Amino acid sequence: MSVPDRLYGVVAEFRTADELLFAARTAREAGYEHVEAYAPFPVEGLAESVGFGDNVVPKATLAGGILGGLGTYFMQWYSAVESYPINVGGRPLHSWPAFIPATFEITILGAALAAVVAMLAANGLPRLNHPLFDMPEFDLATRNRFFLCLRPPKGDFDSASARAWLEKLNPLAVREVPS
Amino acid sequence: MSEAHQPVSHDIGVLRAGWTYATITDKIADAILCGGWTARWWLAFVVTFVGTGVFFFAIGYLFVVGVGIWGVNIPVAWGYAIGNFVWWIGIGHAGTFISAFLLLLRQKWRTSINRFAEAMTLFAAGIAGLFPILHLGRPWFFYWLVPYPNRMELWPQWRSPLVWDFFAISTYLIVSLVFWYVGLIPDLATLRDRATTRGKQIVYGLFALGWRGEARHWSRYETAYLLLAGLATPLVVSVHSVVSLDFAISLTPGYHSTIFPPYFVAGALFSGFAMVLTLAIPLRHYFGLQQFITEVHLDHAAKLMLVTSLVITYSYGVEAFMSFYSGSEYHTYMLEDRWTGIYAPVYWMMFVLNSIMPLAFWWRGVRRNVAVLFVISILVNIGMWSERFLIVVQSMHRDFMPSAWNDFYPTGWDWTHLFGSIALFAFLFLLFVRLLPAISIAEMRELVRESDDEKGGT
Repeated sequence: MSVPDRLYGVVAEFRTADELLFAARTAREAGYEHVEAYAPFPVEGLAESVGFGDNVVPKATLAGGILGGLGTYFMQWYSAVESYPINVGGRPLHSWPAFIPATFEITILGAALAAVVAMLAANGLPRLNHPLFDMPEFDLATRNRFFLCLRPPKGDFDSASARAWLEKLNPLAVREVPS
Repeated sequence: MSEAHQPVSHDIGVLRAGWTYATITDKIADAILCGGWTARWWLAFVVTFVGTGVFFFAIGYLFVVGVGIWGVNIPVAWGYAIGNFVWWIGIGHAGTFISAFLLLLRQKWRTSINRFAEAMTLFAAGIAGLFPILHLGRPWFFYWLVPYPNRMELWPQWRSPLVWDFFAISTYLIVSLVFWYVGLIPDLATLRDRATTRGKQIVYGLFALGWRGEARHWSRYETAYLLLAGLATPLVVSVHSVVSLDFAISLTPGYHSTIFPPYFVAGALFSGFAMVLTLAIPLRHYFGLQQFITEVHLDHAAKLMLVTSLVITYSYGVEAFMSFYSGSEYHTYMLEDRWTGIYAPVYWMMFVLNSIMPLAFWWRGVRRNVAVLFVISILVNIGMWSERFLIVVQSMHRDFMPSAWNDFYPTGWDWTHLFGSIALFAFLFLLFVRLLPAISIAEMRELVRESDDEKGGT
């Protein structure tokens, strides 16, 4: 096989989630810094084993909820007290219990939209194409196959040794994917 | 583990034995990608398409002539439109309840029914949202409910339950849509990868947003999905509570009652689960999904219907008790009229269908009998529609002043809008089951792995 000019990574294909989990853990221990793992469903512990740490989604959700809630409450207060005050039989203009339903709803809406937007943005989605999509068999990553991808670091990357290392894990196949 | 062991599902009740990642994926995805445009589907499609056309024609006629084509009058100004609204939004509750609440409780029977129940929610809530606009005298001004900068320098009235309702319904629609779509993303990727024609690859590929199942992506995805579930759960409870406040905040006997929010939420779940069964039973039959939507699912749904039926029976009782206990002659007369007046047949039919008939679900044989379940689910839908009709119409037709009393009789247009909306719902659902996976494929694969781990797995 000719060595491509620029390598996206060396990819091993596995049959089960447990094999992928084992491979991901040992790859990190073997010193491969940048490892990606692909599975057709969420596998518990897989993200941690490829070094996933900081998850931005909960913080974004909290921020979205606070923003939505405070914003909506402020809008109602401003509208009822400052911008368009109506005296209804001497009742208070700042009638906060009546402002709760809309505040609650937009808190939920802000949090929900923030959760989804943060998830997509942090995942780099939407994305029209990806080098791995050109790899044969990768369509099975959404069906029944599990893939481990060793990405080349900045400096030298000996793809032959990475390939040899992956072969030891008893995969179905090992492929080099150009970027 | 040295030897590669392909997980195979064991019979865990909510999933039958012998399914692998590959077979379960192919079964659900190929039902959409490969054929399936049967004569029966086309027949149903044409019938509902015609019904949808009639519905839109009726809406056009309503906009041209006005709400006078309905049987509404003063004092019964709300009529079928608001009854239909409350009924549809109630049906739209079970989907999010199943998806969100049962996810938080880690209920396995959620997995194969959540997708189509969410679609049901989306369509029902969308149709529900139409009716308040239709019943406006000047529907082209409905956007005045939105707080936007305008040259009239006007604001919505924040103390009005109708404005709360607008916020509740629109939030519920948007969050339900987002929840449903996020759940679909991995399955759209599966469809993209399994599609054989270029057109399908492009369309499903665009909607899949480039999903490829990377571990970090899944991790963020699961966090977001769980948070959405946590957010949608209080939302479900809030939506029908706010709808009930449209009534409870007013002073009309029959509306003015503190039991309304929980009473409406229980009724919503009751009718929602009835509609889930009405849709699930034909779905599993025509698509051969008995291995995924099993008798266990139907049994659980029937049990939940039994519980919610008991809650609404209790609510009927409390409502009657409080009317007498209030000592208000308007309230006691409202009840007397409900039990013996011109709408009494509707009341007693409702009572039998919603309170007596579901007691059959105490028997396991009934809960597991698919044909009986289907018939009961349809009758419960009718019973719940009758309840909405009674609350809206009967309460208003005998309010405080006898000189203001009037009776409501539905016209042909009332029925056209009701059945037209049902046709539109069926039409949207038929399109959904042909174009998108009715069962979450990624979650079924996860269930295969779990069922394999549970018994005999390594």
